[in-house]
Amino acid sequence: MLNNYETVFIATPVLSENQMKEAVQKFKKIITENSGEIVHEENWGLKKLAYPIKKKSTGFYYLIEFKGPGDIVDKLELQYRRDERIIRFLTFKMDKYAVEYANKKRKQKEAERVMEE
Amino acid sequence: MAQNESEIRYLTPPSVEIKKKKYCRFKKNRIKYIDYKDPEFLKKFLNEQGKILPRRITGTSLKYQRKVAKAVKRARHIALLPYVTDLLK
Repeated sequence: MLNNYETVFIATPVLSENQMKEAVQKFKKIITENSGEIVHEENWGLKKLAYPIKKKSTGFYYLIEFKGPGDIVDKLELQYRRDERIIRFLTFKMDKYAVEYANKKRKQKEAERVMEE
Repeated sequence: MAQNESEIRYLTPPSVEIKKKKYCRFKKNRIKYIDYKDPEFLKKFLNEQGKILPRRITGTSLKYQRKVAKAVKRARHIALLPYVTDLLK
């Protein structure tokens, strides 16, 4: 039985684009290596924080939606804590309404993209 | 005398307040999931200091008030909303 999870992390703004990509790759690898499956990912880019975290007022946001067994969250969060590039993270289990909402939103976005083309 | 009492006339017509019925916007619009990633929407449930408004003001039902609270707290955690502030709006 796989659960749906959503995770958002904020990386320090001092990273270069390549370093950021590398960090994203690392966490995606952790998910896939622990028999998880990435459903969706979103790069929000550099955003202003509502309050300073570790004396930084901006951060790179990245969202990953994935499926996986229950023990995957612990492993992922442990890696988040060990990585000093990550200044904040949030992982939670999506209930059926959340999954529905995410699917709908994605379809909407896709439709918009088709419209633009 | 008793008859006179029932015929009290007011100089100014008494103002009877017609209260607008509050409703839960989630039930009305059939919203099932409240997204924490949309701070602009969540701001409708916050006061100027960034505190969560009580149900008696917003009219949200208990079930969805809990979800609103959770969404706001998640948004605060990932710095989409402030924990404390002045003049949020």
